[in-house]
Amino acid sequence: MQLTVLVLILALLTVIGFQAGRSRAAASVGGRIAELHSVPSYHGFYVALWAGLPALLLFVLWTASEGWLVMQMVLASLPDRLTTGDTQSLSLLKADILNLAHGISTGHDSDPAVHAAAAHYNSLHAIADWSLLAIGTCLAVAGLAYGRQRIVPSLRARNQVERVVSILLVLCSLVAILTTVGIVMSLLFEALRFFTVVSPLDFLLGTHWSPQMAMRADQVGSSGSFGAIPLFTGTLLITVIAMVVAVPVGLMAAVYMSEYANPRVRSWLKPILEILAGIPTVVYGFFAALTMAPFVRSVGQSLGLGVSSESALAAGVVMGVMIIPFVSSLSDDVINAVPQSLRDGSYGLGATKSETIRQVVMPAALPGIVAAIMLAVSRAIGETMIVTMASGLTANLTANPLEAVTTVTTQIATLLVGDQEFDSPKTLSAFGLGLVLFAVTLCLNVVALRVVQKYREKYD
Amino acid sequence: MTDLVQQDTRAMSVAVSKSRYQSEEFTRRLKARYAAERRFKMAGIAAVGIASLMLVILLGSIVTKGYTAFWQTQLRLEVTLDKAQVEERNFMPLLRQALYAQLPDVADRSSRRQLNDLLSSGAPYELEAFVARNPAVVGTTQTIWVRADDEVDQFMKGYFRRDVPEAERRLSDVKIAAIDALTAKGSLVQSFNTTLFSAGDSREAEQAGIWGAIVGSLLMLSVTMILSVPIGVAAAVYLEEFAPKNKWTDLIEVNINNLAAVPSIIFGLLGLAVFLGFFGMTRSAPVVGGLVMALMTLPVIIISARVALKSVPPSIREAALGIGASPLQTVTHHVLPLALPGILTGTIIGMARALGETAPLLMIGMVAFIVDIPHGWTDSATVLPVQIYMWADSPERAFTERTSAAIMILLGFLILMNGLAVYLRKKFERRW
Repeated sequence: MQLTVLVLILALLTVIGFQAGRSRAAASVGGRIAELHSVPSYHGFYVALWAGLPALLLFVLWTASEGWLVMQMVLASLPDRLTTGDTQSLSLLKADILNLAHGISTGHDSDPAVHAAAAHYNSLHAIADWSLLAIGTCLAVAGLAYGRQRIVPSLRARNQVERVVSILLVLCSLVAILTTVGIVMSLLFEALRFFTVVSPLDFLLGTHWSPQMAMRADQVGSSGSFGAIPLFTGTLLITVIAMVVAVPVGLMAAVYMSEYANPRVRSWLKPILEILAGIPTVVYGFFAALTMAPFVRSVGQSLGLGVSSESALAAGVVMGVMIIPFVSSLSDDVINAVPQSLRDGSYGLGATKSETIRQVVMPAALPGIVAAIMLAVSRAIGETMIVTMASGLTANLTANPLEAVTTVTTQIATLLVGDQEFDSPKTLSAFGLGLVLFAVTLCLNVVALRVVQKYREKYD
Repeated sequence: MTDLVQQDTRAMSVAVSKSRYQSEEFTRRLKARYAAERRFKMAGIAAVGIASLMLVILLGSIVTKGYTAFWQTQLRLEVTLDKAQVEERNFMPLLRQALYAQLPDVADRSSRRQLNDLLSSGAPYELEAFVARNPAVVGTTQTIWVRADDEVDQFMKGYFRRDVPEAERRLSDVKIAAIDALTAKGSLVQSFNTTLFSAGDSREAEQAGIWGAIVGSLLMLSVTMILSVPIGVAAAVYLEEFAPKNKWTDLIEVNINNLAAVPSIIFGLLGLAVFLGFFGMTRSAPVVGGLVMALMTLPVIIISARVALKSVPPSIREAALGIGASPLQTVTHHVLPLALPGILTGTIIGMARALGETAPLLMIGMVAFIVDIPHGWTDSATVLPVQIYMWADSPERAFTERTSAAIMILLGFLILMNGLAVYLRKKFERRW
C-alpha cells in the first residue's frame, strides 16, 4: 500500500520536476531559448532525474534489504532459548514467524513468544514502510529543489542527462550478466551443500535413485539414494526418441518449404508450424498423458507388447512434435541462405531438384543444420512438463522405450514442489541436478554457436 | 553442297544422341532419377503433412474433450425458505426438502440419502447468496437454480454409460431414475457455465473456475512487462548503438545468446534460490513469478530488439547526426521510433512465451491450491498454465473437461497475442 503511494508520489514529482526545470530554464533567459546551452526540455529532464533517481535508488536498496533487517531485529528481541539453536532450527523459526506474520497457520502450536515475534515483525514492517514513504518523499522533494536551483543558462544539461542515460543503458545490459552469475552462484552454492552430504562420484555414477528421506531416523530405507545414472539414461532415451521424430520431419518440412512449395503454400505452412511452436508445453504434456499414452498402450497391446501406462515413447514422440517447428525454422533459415548460384550451377549440369538438394544444398547448409539439431537436443533435454505429465516419476535404468522413465528436469520439478525444508539432501539434490543440466545445455549451446561460426561457408 | 553436309552432320548427331540418350539404359536411369525426385518431394509433403496432422489431432482432441465444459447442469428447486432455518443458516436441509418434494416416489431413507449427492456441495452457498441479495424472500417459496453435482453433470453430457451393471457404474439406479425424472420435468437443464469464468479453483469440479488463474496470469505478466521491456530495449540500444567492440561487449553478447537457450526450469531454480531463499520474498506471489519470467524473456526481447534496430538504415542516423543531433538524440528521436514496430512484435512474442510457461513457476510455489481471486502482486496466486497442470492431475472426468476448456482459453489468448504480432509486422513492414 505504502509502496504504491510512494511510486505514485515519485512519478508525480518527476513530472513536476520536468515542468519546473523546463519553465525555469526558459525564464532564466527571458524566453530567448537560443541563449541556453541545451534546449529547455533537457533542463526539465535534468531536474526530473534529480527528483527521481536518488529516491528510486533508496527505494531499491530499501526493499532489497528490508526483510532481512527487520528479521534480524525481531530475532534480536527474542529470548535466547529460541535463537540459540543450530542453523536448521533457526531457519524453521524464521519460517514460522514469517508464516504467522502473513496470517498463515503454521499447523502446530507455536510458542507465544513466536506469536509475539510475528506481531513485532508486522509492526516493524509497517514502521519501515511508513518511514520509507516519508524519507523517499523528502529525498525526492529535496532532489527536485536542488536540481531546479542549479539551472542557469550555461548549464550543460544535455550532456549531463545523456551521461546518466548512458550509464543506465550500460546497467541494463549488465542485467544479462548478472542473471547468468545469479544462476551459476545459486546452483553452485546449493549443489556444494548437497555434495557435502552425498559424494559427487556417487551422484554421477550411482545407479540407484530414490531421494525419499525418512521423517525419522529409525524408519525403513531411511537413507535416500542419489545415483543419477537412471535419470541421465532416461533423459537420453527420451531425447533420442524426440530427435528421431523431430529431425527427419523438421528437416524435410524445411526442405519442402524452402525448395518446393510456392509462395502461396508457404504462406500457409509457415504459420501452421509457428502455431505448433507457440503451444505451451503444459498443453503438450496434457496431450501426451491423455491421448498419446493410451494410444501407444493400446497399439502395443494389440501387437502383444507390454507397454506401461506411462511410456517413454509417448512422451518422446510428443516432445518430438513440439521440437519439429524449432528444427524446421532454424534449418529453413540455413537452407535459404545457400546462394541460388549453387543451385543454378547444379541444374545446369543436369541434376534434378532432389539431387541438387541432397548433393549441393544440404552439404552447403550442413554446419547450420548441425547447429540447429544441437540446439534442438538442448531444448529436448531441458523440457520439463511433457515428461512430468506423461512419463512418470519412476527412475528406471532401461533402454526400452515402452517403459516409464524419468528425466533430470522432472526430478527437479518434483523434488521442489511442496513444502520441504531447504537443507535436506532431497531438496538440495535438485540443485545438483540443475547444475548438471545447466552445464550440459551450456556446452551444447556453445558448441552449436561455435560450429556455426567456424564452419559456415562464405559464398559472397 | 555445304547445306547437304550440314544436314548430314545434323542427322548423324541426332542418330548419335538417339543411341546414347535414348538407349534402354538411359531411359531406365532417367526414370529412376525421376522416381527418386518424386519420392523426395513426397517425403517433404509427408513431413509437412505429419506436422499439420499432429496439430489437427492435438487441437481436435482438446476441443472434443473440452467443449462441453462451457455448459453446466443446473437443478431447479422450489425452496420454501423457512425463517428459523434461514436464521440458523441451515440451507442444505432446505434444498434437500425441495429436492425430495420434486421426487415423491423416492421415500425410503437410503434412497433419499443417495439423492443428496445430486446437489453440489456448493449449492447451499448459492442459496445463501441469493437470500443475502433478496432479504424479502425469507418465509416465502422461491424457484431457484443451483448447480448440480459434477457426476450428474457428466451423466447429462453422456460421459457415463447406462448399460453397464450397477456395481461398475459411477451412478446408482436410484440416481439415474431421479435424473431421468427431473430431466422429464425440465428441472435439470444445461446452461452456460458462468462459474468457469468467475470462480477460483476448487476441489469440486462444478465449483472450479479459472478466473483466479487468469487474474494471476495478468498480474504476473504486468510485472514481467514493466521490468523486461524497458531493460531489454535499453540493453539492445546500448549493445547495438553505443557499445564499443571489445571483450566486455562480446561477453555480454555471448551471454545473452546462451541465456536464451537455458532451460526454463533453471530460471525457476534461480528464482527459488535468489528471490525466495536470499531476499525472503513470499511464495506463490505474482511478483516473484513476474521477476523470474522477466529474467527469462529478457534475452528474447534483447535479441529481437537488436534485429529491429539493425534494420534501420545507417543513412537515417547519419542524417540526424549531420544536422547536429547528439548520438542519444539520434537514437531516441529517429532510430527507436522507426524500430518500434519490430521491438513491439518481439515483445509480444516474449510475453506469449511467458504466459505459457509452467516449469519455473512450479519451483516458486505457484502450484499452491488457491481458491481466492488474487487482488495484488503479493497475494498468493496461480497462473493459467499451472492451473492446467494441476487440473490435469485430477482423476475426475469433470476435471479433464475443464482442463481442456482452460487450455482452449489459454490458446485463445496466445493466438490473439501472436496474431497481433503478425498483424503489427504486416502493417508496419517497411523496405528501405
